[in-house]
Amino acid sequence: MNVWKKLELPAGRDTLRGMRCGDMYLLSGVLYTARDKAHQRIAEMAARGERPPVELKDRFIYFVGPSPAPPGRVIGAAGPTTSSRMDPFTAVMLEQGVSGFIGKGKRSAETRDLLRRNGAVYFSSFGGAGAYLSKRIITAQVVAFDDLGPEAIFRLEVSDFPVIVVNDTLGGDLYEQSLQQ
Amino acid sequence: MRESVRTIDTGTLKEPIISMIHEASFTLLPEIEGMFSTLAAQETVEKAAMTMNILLENAALARQESIPLCQDCGSVSVFIEAGHNIFFTGEPLPAVIDDAVKTAYERFCLRKSIVADPLRRANTGTNTPAFTHLDIVPGDRLKISVYLKGGGSENMTYLKMFRPTDPVDVIVDDIVRAVAAAGPNPCPPLFLGVGIGGTADVAMINSRKAVMRGIGTRHADPFYAEFEDVLLERLNRTGVGPLGFGGKSTVAAVFIREAPAHIATLPVALNMNCHSLRYRIVDI
Repeated sequence: MNVWKKLELPAGRDTLRGMRCGDMYLLSGVLYTARDKAHQRIAEMAARGERPPVELKDRFIYFVGPSPAPPGRVIGAAGPTTSSRMDPFTAVMLEQGVSGFIGKGKRSAETRDLLRRNGAVYFSSFGGAGAYLSKRIITAQVVAFDDLGPEAIFRLEVSDFPVIVVNDTLGGDLYEQSLQQ
Repeated sequence: MRESVRTIDTGTLKEPIISMIHEASFTLLPEIEGMFSTLAAQETVEKAAMTMNILLENAALARQESIPLCQDCGSVSVFIEAGHNIFFTGEPLPAVIDDAVKTAYERFCLRKSIVADPLRRANTGTNTPAFTHLDIVPGDRLKISVYLKGGGSENMTYLKMFRPTDPVDVIVDDIVRAVAAAGPNPCPPLFLGVGIGGTADVAMINSRKAVMRGIGTRHADPFYAEFEDVLLERLNRTGVGPLGFGGKSTVAAVFIREAPAHIATLPVALNMNCHSLRYRIVDI
Protein backbone atom coordinates (compact mmCIF):
# COMPACT_ATOMS: atom_id res chain seq x y z
CA MET A 1 0.00 0.00 0.00
CA ASN A 2 2.45 2.61 1.18
CA VAL A 3 5.15 2.61 -1.45
CA TRP A 4 7.30 5.51 -2.51
CA LYS A 5 6.74 6.52 -6.12
CA LYS A 6 9.15 8.74 -8.01
CA LEU A 7 8.23 12.05 -9.61
CA GLU A 8 10.50 14.27 -11.71
CA LEU A 9 10.10 18.06 -11.43
CA PRO A 10 8.88 20.23 -13.00
CA ALA A 11 5.59 18.40 -13.42
CA GLY A 12 2.52 19.77 -15.21
CA ARG A 13 -0.98 19.40 -13.84
CA ASP A 14 -1.78 16.64 -16.35
CA THR A 15 0.84 14.42 -14.69
CA LEU A 16 -0.72 14.94 -11.23
CA ARG A 17 -4.24 13.86 -12.12
CA GLY A 18 -3.86 10.25 -10.98
CA MET A 19 -2.50 11.15 -7.54
CA ARG A 20 -4.65 10.27 -4.54
CA CYS A 21 -4.44 11.54 -1.01
CA GLY A 22 -2.14 9.32 1.01
CA ASP A 23 0.13 8.56 -1.96
CA MET A 24 3.81 8.99 -1.16
CA TYR A 25 6.26 10.52 -3.60
CA LEU A 26 10.00 11.09 -3.80
CA LEU A 27 10.54 14.28 -5.76
CA SER A 28 13.65 14.95 -7.84
CA GLY A 29 14.43 18.06 -9.83
CA VAL A 30 13.93 21.77 -9.29
CA LEU A 31 11.40 23.52 -7.09
CA TYR A 32 11.05 27.03 -5.72
CA THR A 33 10.55 28.13 -2.15
CA ALA A 34 8.18 30.85 -0.99
CA ARG A 35 6.59 31.70 2.31
CA ASP A 36 4.52 34.57 3.68
CA LYS A 37 6.29 37.65 2.38
CA ALA A 38 7.29 36.19 -1.00
CA HIS A 39 3.66 35.25 -1.61
CA GLN A 40 2.56 38.73 -0.63
CA ARG A 41 5.01 40.29 -3.08
CA ILE A 42 4.06 37.98 -5.95
CA ALA A 43 0.39 38.85 -5.29
CA GLU A 44 1.20 42.58 -5.30
CA MET A 45 3.13 42.21 -8.55
CA ALA A 46 0.28 40.25 -10.14
CA ALA A 47 -2.17 42.96 -9.08
CA ARG A 48 0.00 45.47 -10.98
CA GLY A 49 0.00 43.17 -14.01
CA GLU A 50 3.67 42.19 -13.54
CA ARG A 51 5.13 38.72 -13.99
CA PRO A 52 6.59 36.95 -10.95
CA PRO A 53 10.39 37.09 -10.61
CA VAL A 54 10.69 33.45 -11.71
CA GLU A 55 8.57 31.46 -14.18
CA LEU A 56 6.16 29.39 -12.10
CA LYS A 57 4.36 27.39 -14.79
CA ASP A 58 4.34 23.67 -13.88
CA ARG A 59 6.48 24.42 -10.83
CA PHE A 60 6.14 23.12 -7.29
CA ILE A 61 6.28 25.70 -4.52
CA TYR A 62 7.80 24.61 -1.22
CA PHE A 63 6.67 26.62 1.83
CA VAL A 64 9.94 26.87 3.75
CA GLY A 65 12.23 29.40 5.38
CA PRO A 66 15.52 27.50 5.75
CA SER A 67 18.04 28.15 8.48
CA PRO A 68 21.32 29.65 7.21
CA ALA A 69 23.76 27.30 5.45
CA PRO A 70 26.73 26.61 7.70
CA PRO A 71 30.16 26.83 5.99
CA GLY A 72 30.60 23.95 3.54
CA ARG A 73 26.91 23.10 3.38
CA VAL A 74 24.29 23.70 0.71
CA ILE A 75 21.55 24.75 3.12
CA GLY A 76 20.65 24.57 6.81
CA ALA A 77 17.59 22.86 8.22
CA ALA A 78 14.78 23.04 5.67
CA GLY A 79 11.50 21.48 6.74
CA PRO A 80 8.05 22.74 5.72
CA THR A 81 6.27 25.62 7.41
CA THR A 82 2.51 25.79 8.13
CA SER A 83 0.66 26.03 4.82
CA SER A 84 -2.56 27.66 6.01
CA ARG A 85 -0.81 31.02 6.21
CA MET A 86 -0.45 30.86 2.43
CA ASP A 87 -4.16 30.10 1.83
CA PRO A 88 -5.02 33.70 0.86
CA PHE A 89 -2.50 33.43 -2.01
CA THR A 90 -3.56 30.08 -3.53
CA ALA A 91 -5.59 31.65 -6.33
CA VAL A 92 -2.86 34.00 -7.48
CA MET A 93 -0.22 31.24 -7.40
CA LEU A 94 -2.46 28.94 -9.43
CA GLU A 95 -2.94 31.76 -11.96
CA GLN A 96 0.85 31.84 -12.35
CA GLY A 97 0.74 28.17 -13.32
CA VAL A 98 1.95 26.51 -10.10
CA SER A 99 1.00 22.81 -10.16
CA GLY A 100 1.99 21.61 -6.69
CA PHE A 101 2.39 23.04 -3.21
CA ILE A 102 4.46 21.48 -0.42
CA GLY A 103 4.05 22.43 3.22
CA LYS A 104 2.53 20.99 6.35
CA GLY A 105 -0.89 21.20 7.95
CA LYS A 106 -4.42 21.81 6.81
CA ARG A 107 -5.63 24.01 3.95
CA SER A 108 -8.77 26.13 3.94
CA ALA A 109 -11.95 24.92 2.26
CA GLU A 110 -11.42 27.62 -0.35
CA THR A 111 -7.89 26.44 -1.14
CA ARG A 112 -9.00 22.82 -1.40
CA ASP A 113 -11.72 23.84 -3.80
CA LEU A 114 -9.28 25.87 -5.89
CA LEU A 115 -6.87 22.94 -6.05
CA ARG A 116 -9.60 20.59 -7.17
CA ARG A 117 -10.94 22.96 -9.80
CA ASN A 118 -7.48 23.70 -11.18
CA GLY A 119 -6.12 20.16 -11.03
CA ALA A 120 -3.31 21.11 -8.65
CA VAL A 121 -2.09 19.08 -5.69
CA TYR A 122 -1.11 19.88 -2.12
CA PHE A 123 1.54 17.73 -0.47
CA SER A 124 2.80 17.57 3.09
CA SER A 125 6.41 16.90 3.80
CA PHE A 126 7.66 16.09 7.29
CA GLY A 127 7.17 19.01 9.69
CA GLY A 128 10.00 19.45 12.13
CA ALA A 129 12.33 17.12 10.22
CA GLY A 130 14.46 20.03 9.04
CA ALA A 131 17.80 18.25 9.39
CA TYR A 132 16.54 15.11 7.66
CA LEU A 133 15.06 17.04 4.73
CA SER A 134 18.13 19.25 4.27
CA LYS A 135 20.02 16.11 3.21
CA ARG A 136 17.66 15.74 0.23
CA ILE A 137 18.56 19.17 -1.13
CA ILE A 138 21.47 19.15 -3.55
CA THR A 139 21.74 22.82 -4.50
CA ALA A 140 20.20 26.02 -3.18
CA GLN A 141 20.37 29.52 -4.65
CA VAL A 142 18.46 32.68 -3.84
CA VAL A 143 16.78 33.76 -7.08
CA ALA A 144 14.50 36.59 -5.92
CA PHE A 145 13.66 38.87 -3.00
CA ASP A 146 17.16 38.60 -1.55
CA ASP A 147 16.29 41.25 1.03
CA LEU A 148 13.84 38.88 2.72
CA GLY A 149 16.57 36.64 4.17
CA PRO A 150 15.05 33.23 4.98
CA GLU A 151 11.85 34.40 3.29
CA ALA A 152 13.57 34.94 -0.08
CA ILE A 153 12.70 32.74 -3.07
CA PHE A 154 15.25 29.93 -3.32
CA ARG A 155 15.72 27.64 -6.29
CA LEU A 156 16.24 24.20 -4.78
CA GLU A 157 17.44 21.13 -6.60
CA VAL A 158 16.17 18.14 -4.68
CA SER A 159 16.79 14.41 -4.87
CA ASP A 160 14.26 11.92 -3.49
CA PHE A 161 12.56 14.62 -1.46
CA PRO A 162 9.74 12.84 0.45
CA VAL A 163 6.17 14.16 0.33
CA ILE A 164 2.68 12.76 0.91
CA VAL A 165 -0.41 13.83 -1.06
CA VAL A 166 -2.82 15.59 1.31
CA ASN A 167 -5.27 17.20 -1.13
CA ASP A 168 -5.72 15.54 -4.50
CA THR A 169 -7.53 16.73 -7.62
CA LEU A 170 -10.75 14.95 -6.64
CA GLY A 171 -11.12 16.83 -3.35
CA GLY A 172 -9.69 14.03 -1.17
CA ASP A 173 -8.09 15.05 2.13
CA LEU A 174 -5.61 12.82 3.97
CA TYR A 175 -6.07 14.60 7.31
CA GLU A 176 -9.85 14.14 7.26
CA GLN A 177 -9.39 10.50 6.31
CA SER A 178 -7.07 9.84 9.23
CA LEU A 179 -9.56 11.39 11.69
CA GLN A 180 -12.34 9.16 10.36
CA GLN A 181 -10.32 5.94 10.73
CA MET B 1 18.74 35.59 61.67
CA ARG B 2 20.37 37.69 59.02
CA GLU B 3 20.83 35.81 55.74
CA SER B 4 23.88 36.37 53.59
CA VAL B 5 23.55 37.91 50.17
CA ARG B 6 24.83 35.99 47.14
CA THR B 7 26.41 38.18 44.51
CA ILE B 8 26.25 37.06 40.87
CA ASP B 9 27.97 38.89 38.04
CA THR B 10 25.43 38.69 35.19
CA GLY B 11 28.29 38.45 32.70
CA THR B 12 29.02 34.92 33.94
CA LEU B 13 25.57 33.82 32.73
CA LYS B 14 26.23 34.51 29.05
CA GLU B 15 28.14 31.34 28.18
CA PRO B 16 25.75 28.99 30.03
CA ILE B 17 22.82 30.51 28.10
CA ILE B 18 24.69 30.15 24.79
CA SER B 19 25.38 26.49 25.63
CA MET B 20 21.74 25.83 26.48
CA ILE B 21 20.58 27.33 23.17
CA HIS B 22 23.15 25.20 21.34
CA GLU B 23 22.16 21.97 23.05
CA ALA B 24 18.44 22.58 22.69
CA SER B 25 18.77 23.41 18.98
CA PHE B 26 20.85 20.40 17.94
CA THR B 27 20.27 17.65 20.51
CA LEU B 28 16.87 16.21 21.19
CA LEU B 29 16.69 15.21 24.86
CA PRO B 30 17.69 11.52 25.14
CA GLU B 31 14.49 10.81 27.08
CA ILE B 32 12.48 12.09 24.11
CA GLU B 33 14.42 9.89 21.68
CA GLY B 34 13.70 6.90 23.90
CA MET B 35 10.03 7.81 24.04
CA PHE B 36 9.81 8.22 20.24
CA SER B 37 11.33 4.75 19.74
CA THR B 38 8.62 3.31 21.97
CA LEU B 39 5.89 5.25 20.13
CA ALA B 40 7.23 4.10 16.73
CA ALA B 41 7.02 0.48 17.88
CA GLN B 42 3.44 0.93 19.11
CA GLU B 43 2.11 2.36 15.86
CA THR B 44 0.13 0.02 13.64
CA VAL B 45 -0.58 2.63 10.97
CA GLU B 46 2.32 2.35 8.56
CA LYS B 47 2.69 6.09 7.92
CA ALA B 48 2.70 6.76 11.66
CA ALA B 49 5.56 4.35 12.35
CA MET B 50 7.45 5.71 9.33
CA THR B 51 6.98 9.29 10.52
CA MET B 52 8.25 8.49 14.02
CA ASN B 53 11.31 6.83 12.51
CA ILE B 54 11.95 9.89 10.33
CA LEU B 55 11.81 12.06 13.45
CA LEU B 56 14.37 9.77 15.11
CA GLU B 57 16.59 9.95 12.04
CA ASN B 58 16.19 13.72 12.08
CA ALA B 59 17.41 13.81 15.68
CA ALA B 60 20.42 11.65 14.85
CA LEU B 61 21.37 13.82 11.85
CA ALA B 62 20.93 17.03 13.84
CA ARG B 63 23.24 15.77 16.55
CA GLN B 64 25.86 14.16 14.33
CA GLU B 65 26.04 16.77 11.57
CA SER B 66 25.20 19.93 13.49
CA ILE B 67 22.08 20.76 11.49
CA PRO B 68 19.34 22.38 13.59
CA LEU B 69 16.51 19.99 14.52
CA CYS B 70 14.08 22.39 12.84
CA GLN B 71 14.55 25.29 10.42
CA ASP B 72 12.29 27.29 12.73
CA CYS B 73 14.91 27.80 15.41
CA GLY B 74 12.30 29.47 17.51
CA SER B 75 11.70 32.44 19.67
CA VAL B 76 13.69 32.25 22.89
CA SER B 77 11.82 32.31 26.17
CA VAL B 78 13.92 32.47 29.32
CA PHE B 79 12.37 31.59 32.66
CA ILE B 80 14.40 32.70 35.64
CA GLU B 81 13.86 31.70 39.24
CA ALA B 82 16.06 33.94 41.33
CA GLY B 83 16.46 33.65 45.10
CA HIS B 84 15.50 36.75 47.05
CA ASN B 85 19.02 36.89 48.47
CA ILE B 86 20.73 37.26 45.11
CA PHE B 87 22.32 40.56 44.22
CA PHE B 88 23.09 40.93 40.53
CA THR B 89 26.09 42.98 39.47
CA GLY B 90 27.28 43.87 35.98
CA GLU B 91 25.15 44.48 32.90
CA PRO B 92 21.36 44.32 33.36
CA LEU B 93 20.15 40.73 33.07
CA PRO B 94 17.93 41.31 29.99
CA ALA B 95 20.91 42.78 28.11
CA VAL B 96 23.07 39.76 28.97
CA ILE B 97 20.35 37.36 27.84
CA ASP B 98 19.91 39.18 24.53
CA ASP B 99 23.66 39.25 24.02
CA ALA B 100 23.76 35.47 24.54
CA VAL B 101 20.87 34.91 22.14
CA LYS B 102 22.42 37.12 19.47
CA THR B 103 25.79 35.38 19.78
CA ALA B 104 24.31 31.87 19.75
CA TYR B 105 22.04 32.42 16.73
CA GLU B 106 24.92 33.89 14.73
CA ARG B 107 27.58 31.40 15.85
CA PHE B 108 25.50 28.28 15.24
CA CYS B 109 23.79 29.40 11.99
CA LEU B 110 20.33 29.37 13.55
CA ARG B 111 17.46 31.11 11.79
CA LYS B 112 16.64 34.57 13.07
CA SER B 113 12.88 34.77 13.26
CA ILE B 114 12.07 37.77 15.43
CA VAL B 115 10.57 40.98 14.06
CA ALA B 116 10.90 44.21 16.02
CA ASP B 117 7.26 45.19 15.69
CA PRO B 118 4.26 42.87 15.23
CA LEU B 119 2.67 44.96 12.48
CA ARG B 120 5.59 46.63 10.71
CA ARG B 121 7.56 43.36 10.88
CA ALA B 122 11.19 44.31 10.27
CA ASN B 123 13.42 41.39 11.29
CA THR B 124 15.81 42.36 14.08
CA GLY B 125 18.43 40.11 12.46
CA THR B 126 19.58 38.77 15.83
CA ASN B 127 16.62 36.69 17.03
CA THR B 128 16.35 39.14 19.92
CA PRO B 129 14.71 40.17 22.09
CA ALA B 130 14.28 37.04 24.14
CA PHE B 131 11.06 36.85 26.15
CA THR B 132 12.05 36.72 29.80
CA HIS B 133 9.98 35.85 32.84
CA LEU B 134 11.34 36.37 36.33
CA ASP B 135 10.10 34.69 39.50
CA ILE B 136 11.56 35.65 42.86
CA VAL B 137 11.86 32.58 45.08
CA PRO B 138 13.11 32.18 48.67
CA GLY B 139 16.82 31.66 49.27
CA ASP B 140 19.81 32.27 47.04
CA ARG B 141 19.43 29.76 44.24
CA LEU B 142 19.32 30.71 40.58
CA LYS B 143 17.60 28.52 38.01
CA ILE B 144 17.57 29.41 34.33
CA SER B 145 15.32 27.62 31.84
CA VAL B 146 15.83 28.34 28.15
CA TYR B 147 12.89 27.37 25.95
CA LEU B 148 12.83 27.54 22.15
CA LYS B 149 9.55 27.28 20.28
CA GLY B 150 8.63 27.59 16.63
CA GLY B 151 5.82 29.70 15.22
CA GLY B 152 3.73 26.87 13.77
CA SER B 153 2.93 25.29 17.09
CA GLU B 154 2.75 28.70 18.81
CA ASN B 155 -0.02 29.66 16.38
CA MET B 156 -2.14 26.79 17.73
CA THR B 157 -2.10 28.26 21.27
CA TYR B 158 -5.50 28.00 22.94
CA LEU B 159 -7.15 29.75 25.87
CA LYS B 160 -10.63 29.17 27.20
CA MET B 161 -12.30 30.62 30.26
CA PHE B 162 -14.54 27.92 31.73
CA ARG B 163 -17.30 28.31 34.29
CA PRO B 164 -16.04 27.52 37.79
CA THR B 165 -18.88 24.99 38.03
CA ASP B 166 -17.91 23.16 34.82
CA PRO B 167 -17.04 19.55 35.65
CA VAL B 168 -13.64 18.15 34.67
CA ASP B 169 -15.30 16.13 31.89
CA VAL B 170 -16.31 19.34 30.12
CA ILE B 171 -12.73 20.56 30.23
CA VAL B 172 -11.40 17.23 28.95
CA ASP B 173 -13.88 17.22 26.06
CA ASP B 174 -12.94 20.75 25.10
CA ILE B 175 -9.20 20.05 25.18
CA VAL B 176 -9.71 16.95 23.03
CA ARG B 177 -11.76 19.00 20.58
CA ALA B 178 -9.12 21.75 20.42
CA VAL B 179 -6.21 19.36 19.84
CA ALA B 180 -8.13 17.39 17.20
CA ALA B 181 -9.07 20.65 15.48
CA ALA B 182 -5.43 21.76 15.42
CA GLY B 183 -4.70 18.38 13.83
CA PRO B 184 -1.44 18.36 11.87
CA ASN B 185 -0.71 22.07 12.25
CA PRO B 186 1.32 22.08 15.51
CA CYS B 187 3.45 19.10 14.36
CA PRO B 188 2.30 16.21 16.55
CA PRO B 189 3.13 14.12 18.54
CA LEU B 190 2.69 17.05 20.89
CA PHE B 191 4.07 17.81 24.29
CA LEU B 192 0.88 19.33 25.63
CA GLY B 193 1.29 21.93 28.35
CA VAL B 194 -1.97 22.69 30.16
CA GLY B 195 -2.14 25.76 32.39
CA ILE B 196 -5.19 25.62 34.66
CA GLY B 197 -6.18 28.42 36.98
CA GLY B 198 -4.47 31.70 37.77
CA THR B 199 -5.42 34.73 35.74
CA ALA B 200 -5.48 34.25 31.97
CA ASP B 201 -1.86 35.35 31.59
CA VAL B 202 -0.71 33.09 34.44
CA ALA B 203 -2.47 30.09 32.87
CA MET B 204 -0.71 30.85 29.59
CA ILE B 205 2.73 31.13 31.18
CA ASN B 206 2.10 27.98 33.21
CA SER B 207 1.25 26.09 30.02
CA ARG B 208 4.78 26.92 28.81
CA LYS B 209 6.52 26.16 32.10
CA ALA B 210 4.58 22.89 32.36
CA VAL B 211 6.29 21.17 29.42
CA MET B 212 9.68 21.57 31.11
CA ARG B 213 8.65 19.52 34.16
CA GLY B 214 10.65 16.53 32.95
CA ILE B 215 9.95 13.79 30.40
CA GLY B 216 8.46 10.75 32.10
CA THR B 217 7.59 12.57 35.35
CA ARG B 218 4.15 12.36 36.90
CA HIS B 219 2.28 15.26 38.44
CA ALA B 220 2.97 15.37 42.19
CA ASP B 221 -0.77 15.61 42.96
CA PRO B 222 -2.54 12.28 42.20
CA PHE B 223 -5.70 14.18 41.17
CA TYR B 224 -3.83 15.99 38.38
CA ALA B 225 -1.72 12.91 37.56
CA GLU B 226 -4.96 11.07 36.80
CA PHE B 227 -6.26 14.06 34.82
CA GLU B 228 -3.08 13.88 32.71
CA ASP B 229 -3.57 10.14 32.15
CA VAL B 230 -7.18 10.65 31.05
CA LEU B 231 -6.18 13.41 28.64
CA LEU B 232 -3.34 11.37 27.14
CA GLU B 233 -5.58 8.38 26.62
CA ARG B 234 -8.41 10.41 25.08
CA LEU B 235 -6.13 12.48 22.86
CA ASN B 236 -4.40 9.43 21.47
CA ARG B 237 -7.74 8.05 20.36
CA THR B 238 -8.45 11.06 18.10
CA GLY B 239 -6.65 9.46 15.17
CA VAL B 240 -4.62 12.59 14.35
CA GLY B 241 -1.31 10.74 14.77
CA PRO B 242 2.24 11.82 13.97
CA LEU B 243 2.13 14.94 11.76
CA GLY B 244 -1.58 14.31 11.24
CA PHE B 245 -1.07 11.34 8.91
CA GLY B 246 -3.13 9.10 11.22
CA GLY B 247 -2.15 6.82 14.10
CA LYS B 248 -1.98 6.72 17.88
CA SER B 249 0.75 9.20 18.78
CA THR B 250 -1.11 12.50 18.71
CA VAL B 251 0.32 13.51 22.07
CA ALA B 252 3.61 12.27 23.49
CA ALA B 253 2.98 13.62 26.98
CA VAL B 254 0.61 15.87 28.93
CA PHE B 255 1.88 18.25 31.62
CA ILE B 256 -0.58 20.17 33.78
CA ARG B 257 0.48 23.15 35.85
CA GLU B 258 -2.27 24.52 38.06
CA ALA B 259 -2.57 27.76 40.02
CA PRO B 260 -5.05 29.39 42.43
CA ALA B 261 -7.89 31.22 40.70
CA HIS B 262 -10.62 33.84 41.24
CA ILE B 263 -13.99 32.51 42.44
CA ALA B 264 -15.56 33.50 39.12
CA THR B 265 -12.89 32.14 36.79
CA LEU B 266 -11.41 28.91 35.50
CA PRO B 267 -8.91 29.65 32.75
CA VAL B 268 -7.42 26.76 30.79
CA ALA B 269 -4.49 27.44 28.45
CA LEU B 270 -3.00 24.98 26.01
CA ASN B 271 0.59 25.04 24.82
CA MET B 272 0.59 22.62 21.89
CA ASN B 273 4.34 22.21 21.78
CA CYS B 274 5.49 20.39 18.65
CA HIS B 275 7.39 17.10 18.74
CA SER B 276 10.60 19.10 18.68
CA LEU B 277 10.48 20.07 22.36
CA ARG B 278 13.61 22.18 22.83
CA TYR B 279 14.66 23.38 26.26
CA ARG B 280 17.49 23.18 28.74
CA ILE B 281 17.61 24.05 32.44
CA VAL B 282 20.61 24.99 34.53
CA ASP B 283 21.01 25.64 38.25
CA ILE B 284 23.69 28.17 39.04
